[in-house]
Amino acid sequence: MEYKLNFSVNKQPVDLLVEPHQTLLEILRDNLFLIGTKDGCGTGDCGSCTVLVDGEPVCACLMLAVEAEGQEVTTVEGLVTDSELHAVQKALIANGGVQCGFCTPGVLLSSVALLTRNPQPSEVEIREALAGNLCRCTGYDKIVRAVQEATKELEHA
Amino acid sequence: MNRFDYLSPRNLAEALQMLSVRPEAIPLAGGTDILVQMKERSRHIEALLSLKRVPELHQYSLNGTLTLGSALTVGQIAAKQEIQRDYTALAIGSGLIGSVQIRNMATLGGNLCNAAPSADTAPPLLVLGAEVVIASHQGERVVPLETFFLEPGRTILQPTELVKEIVLSKSHTRTGSFYIRHTPRAGMDIAVVGVAAAITLNTNEIILNARLALGAAAPVPMRAVQAEALLPGHRLTDELLREVGKTASQEAEPIDDLRASAEYRRHLVNILTQRALRGAMAKAKSNQGYQE
Repeated sequence: MEYKLNFSVNKQPVDLLVEPHQTLLEILRDNLFLIGTKDGCGTGDCGSCTVLVDGEPVCACLMLAVEAEGQEVTTVEGLVTDSELHAVQKALIANGGVQCGFCTPGVLLSSVALLTRNPQPSEVEIREALAGNLCRCTGYDKIVRAVQEATKELEHA
Repeated sequence: MNRFDYLSPRNLAEALQMLSVRPEAIPLAGGTDILVQMKERSRHIEALLSLKRVPELHQYSLNGTLTLGSALTVGQIAAKQEIQRDYTALAIGSGLIGSVQIRNMATLGGNLCNAAPSADTAPPLLVLGAEVVIASHQGERVVPLETFFLEPGRTILQPTELVKEIVLSKSHTRTGSFYIRHTPRAGMDIAVVGVAAAITLNTNEIILNARLALGAAAPVPMRAVQAEALLPGHRLTDELLREVGKTASQEAEPIDDLRASAEYRRHLVNILTQRALRGAMAKAKSNQGYQE
C-alpha cells in the first residue's frame, strides 16, 4: 500500500506517494534525484547519509520516508543560496577538507547544524559533533580546521 | 527490507487499540535498532506501529518526580540541564549512545525495549530507581525496571503492550550518580562493560544509601546488590572501594564474546565500579542545598 507523503525538501514543498519500506535516503536519491546525500553503510554507522530533519542531523538511511510527513528536510543541495556556497563549503575547499568527497555532504550538514546551535564551538565540540561522520581518507584535522575557519567567517558575516 | 504494513496512530488510545487488533505489529520509535535488524539480519516484520505522532509518549515533566515519555530521544534527555544535575548517570549514559545523528533518532523506550545487555541507559536508570509504566488497551501497570528485562533482546512486555513512560523518584540533597563504560573506541561503540552508581550522603559525608548497576556484565542489566550492601554507614575509603569493586566483579555473570572475554569483563566491573562510585561521590558532595 502506498502512502501520501507531504513534506518539504530544501524549502520546497514535496508531495509524493511512497511505500512504507522506502527510507528517506531512497526517496531523496531515487525519486527526487538529490544524489548529494550518499548511501554508505545503510546502518547508521558512517554518517554519509546525514540530512537535517527540522534542523537536526539524522541518518536518512534509518528513517522511513513516511515518517518525514510534515517535516522540513535539508540536504547538501539546500546549503547553496543564490549560487553562493555556504561558508562551511568554502572553508572545506580552502583547507583541503575534501578528499574523495563521499563523507563531505554529511560532514557539511553536521557542521551546519552545530554552528546553528552553537556559533562558537570549541575543537572538542566540533569533533563531538562530527563523531558520526566517518572519513576513510582520514582527513579529520583539515575538516576540523575548516569548521573553525567557517566559524570566524560566519562571525564576521 | 521486507514489505510490511505501516500503522500510524495519532494518540495513545488509538495506538493501543491498533496493537490489540494487530499484536504482531512491532512498535517503531527511533528505528535505529529495528531498521538495522530488518536490513542486516533480515528480521521479518508483518507490521510497524509508528510512535512518532503519539503525543502522550513524548511528554516530559519534572514535578517532584521526573516523568520521561518513552519516545523522547536520548539526545533530548542528555541535553536537559536538570537531568545533568540531578540524574547525572542518565544524562551521561544517554549522551554516550551512538553519534549526534543516532541520538537525535534513538529513544529512551527503544533503548530499553531492545533489551541489549549493553544498553547505556539501563544501568543509570537502575541506580536511579526507575519504574516503567506499561500500557495496553486493558489499562496500565507499573513495574520496577529491575523486573523488566528477561534475557538479551527480550522483556516482560506482552505483544499488546507499549512502554508509555519511565518514572524516576525525586532527587534528594547530597545525592549524586554517575555512569562510566569501557569501549575500545572513544565514540560510536558498544559498551564492553558499563557501570552506574548512585550515592546519598549524610551531612558528615557518611554513605546513607548506595546503588550499583552493571551493563554487559550479565544476560540482562543488573543491580550489584551484594556490592551495594557494603557501603551504607561508611565513608568511601580506598580500601572500601577495592572491596566493593571486587564484590561487584564476583557478582557479575559475564560471557566471552567477540568484544571481550568474561575474565576481562570481571576486571572491568571491578575497576569501573570504583570509578563510578568516585564519580557519584563527587556529585553527591556538590549537590548541596537545593531541593527538599
